Amino acid sequence: MYTIVKKRPLHDTVTLMEIEAPLVARKARPGQFIILRVDENGERIPLTIAGYDREKGTVTIIFQKVGFTTKKLDLLNEGDALQDFVGPLGTASEFEGMKRVAVIGGGLGVAIAYPQAKALHEMGAEVDVIVGFRNTGLMILMDELKAACTNLYVMTDDGSNGHKGFVTTALEEQLKAGVKYDTVIAIGPLVMMRAVCNLTKEYGIKTIISMNPIMIDGTGMCGGCRLTVNGETKFACVDGPDFDGHQVDFDEAIARSRMYKKEEAESNEHFCNLTGGIRNA
Amino acid sequence: MPNMSLKKNPSREQDPNVRNKNFLEVSQGYDEALARDEAERCLNCKNPKCMEGCPVNVHIPEFISKIKEGNYQEAYSIIKGTSSLPAICGRVCPQEKQCESKCVRGIKGEPVGIGRLERFVADYAFDHPTEVEAPKSNGKRVAIVGSGPSGLTCAGDLAKKGYEVTIFEALHTPGGVLVYGIPEFRLPKDLVRAEIKTIEKLGVKIVTNAVIGRSITVHELMEEEGFDAVFIGSGAGLPNFQNIPGEGLNGVYSANEFLTRINLMKAYKFPETDTPIRVGNAVAVVGGGNVAMDAARCAKRLGAENVYIIYRRGEEEMPARIEEVHHAKEEGIIFKMLTNPTKVIGDENGYVKGIECVEMELGEPDASGRRRPTPKAGSEFTIDVSTVVIAIGNKPNPLIKKTTEGLKTKPFGGIEIDEETGATSIPGVYAGGDAVTGAATVILAMGAGKKAAKSIDEYLQNK
Repeated sequence: MYTIVKKRPLHDTVTLMEIEAPLVARKARPGQFIILRVDENGERIPLTIAGYDREKGTVTIIFQKVGFTTKKLDLLNEGDALQDFVGPLGTASEFEGMKRVAVIGGGLGVAIAYPQAKALHEMGAEVDVIVGFRNTGLMILMDELKAACTNLYVMTDDGSNGHKGFVTTALEEQLKAGVKYDTVIAIGPLVMMRAVCNLTKEYGIKTIISMNPIMIDGTGMCGGCRLTVNGETKFACVDGPDFDGHQVDFDEAIARSRMYKKEEAESNEHFCNLTGGIRNA
Repeated sequence: MPNMSLKKNPSREQDPNVRNKNFLEVSQGYDEALARDEAERCLNCKNPKCMEGCPVNVHIPEFISKIKEGNYQEAYSIIKGTSSLPAICGRVCPQEKQCESKCVRGIKGEPVGIGRLERFVADYAFDHPTEVEAPKSNGKRVAIVGSGPSGLTCAGDLAKKGYEVTIFEALHTPGGVLVYGIPEFRLPKDLVRAEIKTIEKLGVKIVTNAVIGRSITVHELMEEEGFDAVFIGSGAGLPNFQNIPGEGLNGVYSANEFLTRINLMKAYKFPETDTPIRVGNAVAVVGGGNVAMDAARCAKRLGAENVYIIYRRGEEEMPARIEEVHHAKEEGIIFKMLTNPTKVIGDENGYVKGIECVEMELGEPDASGRRRPTPKAGSEFTIDVSTVVIAIGNKPNPLIKKTTEGLKTKPFGGIEIDEETGATSIPGVYAGGDAVTGAATVILAMGAGKKAAKSIDEYLQNK
């Protein structure tokens, strides 16, 4: 079993957990992910690794209580254990040769963008971090981000922090001001990553995105995570999750991410029955 | 006096129109009377051809003789002497291509029902368990990558010889294709668990949620974790697609994903279990092997009214076990032979609504010895379906290849081995099963695991 050694709500809908998983921690690197099951009847869901401590043998995950499984996961507390926790899966991010980088995170994607920024910052690259949230109440990891970059730009959809707009607004400002990034790394909702890619394509800047599609085994076996990259079928679990964003078929990926919308709604109804609405109140 | 009936005794089965709505086992096998009667059909040949047809060399006439005597426990011991998974082989081996194809009774009439007899004996042994003692350790340690049929067989054989064996499994449940691939109605999972238990009782340890190549590499197993040898049985886990337009649409599954959702994740119990599956009213399964039959019969059980098998060659060329084809037909699966898909058609929201196919005709034999199918010009037609399952085979899992320095592989991705020994290009590392051959059968994988166990034993004794 995989014990939850730490649980910290980052705000109303986002939670951080540190899980005891020595087999995962010993090899984990930024960009890789894990797959977990909450209980015996649980589904397998992939979550990108948000941090790890090799000595303690723990791995940090950050998740949004958006679907049935993540809500169920959030019902667990420190000392409880997960049924299954396997990884590290996927190929680790490649940072070699990067000197001037914009690391962009949207919403929960900020949790994944953070270890990337940190790794780049530690290897001496000049890192601009651009993050976007719907409003100030949803901001996460602000102190950590500040410590992991040269410049931090924070945008909110509603302008509640004084900077209204999307991450692309801030990125475009920098590009127009003449900042020359050798690489842009964008992690967040598919529509956000698509918007970033459309912009960086105009400027001819290499852009790496991190995909988080529906998955079962995470080792190449099921093919559920397939996407089209440069006209070819790729599996996010073994070929990714990082891809050249300018080559990804986003329309297909967005459609595929909605595959089980109806079933998810059914599960969520089931969730309310399970908890009697008490934990949600 | 032997039973000279030309026909083999049929297995007891659920009615097709009942079973195509449930996931309970289709076949209930022989009862004692049927088994005794069938056993009497065996002539106990001096030179038993049947054994030549068995990849793990089960002593067939010997165990059948014990059935004749009513000594089922002894019959089980004889089978267990060479096969680690009798209850499974009795159910999923293509006997008509192996042991039963060589049976002299098959020259005039039907061969002895060897598979059904094996199953009877194994089921009897599960109902009447005896204590097994783990053999004394010889102090040498072997790591097995993957807990499918080849890994379990290799582990069982080595454990019997006193090796300390640890199996590493990437998924949360051991069994490999026996649990994620083959459906409950053909191979009940309780039985797979029981079969694995018999191997654990020999002292074999199983570590789940351990992805070799990611958490620990093959080299680290030997250099850091203290294993003296490694067997790689990581299976054929990389599904092939047709490479036709529309395969990225919602509702197109690889057979691996479709079957894993159903078998491993129990999506047929959704929402009692958390993993969903979309089936709809009409389903096209592309392919003609056992996996295609399994997927089609699962789709039927999940409520699809029309389930089509779409296969580009003729029925004679289908690689599936005869019994599976027969069962699928009984259950109402519609066979579209000499048909090949050309395009999956989607609706405006990106969900499957149909599959366009073309009729095929058979020409000259190709490299596989089967007649090559070619499309008939202008014969395109469309079938309305909401789900498409692609069951046209798998390539070996790439993870080990990618992460094991010095491991030689073939162009299609299979691990290169010495056919005689199962040895790979790395000393002390052996491989077998689908990781070497690409998708094949349970019993061939078991044969490979057995061969590798023998070689590993010889290698470690001489080390």
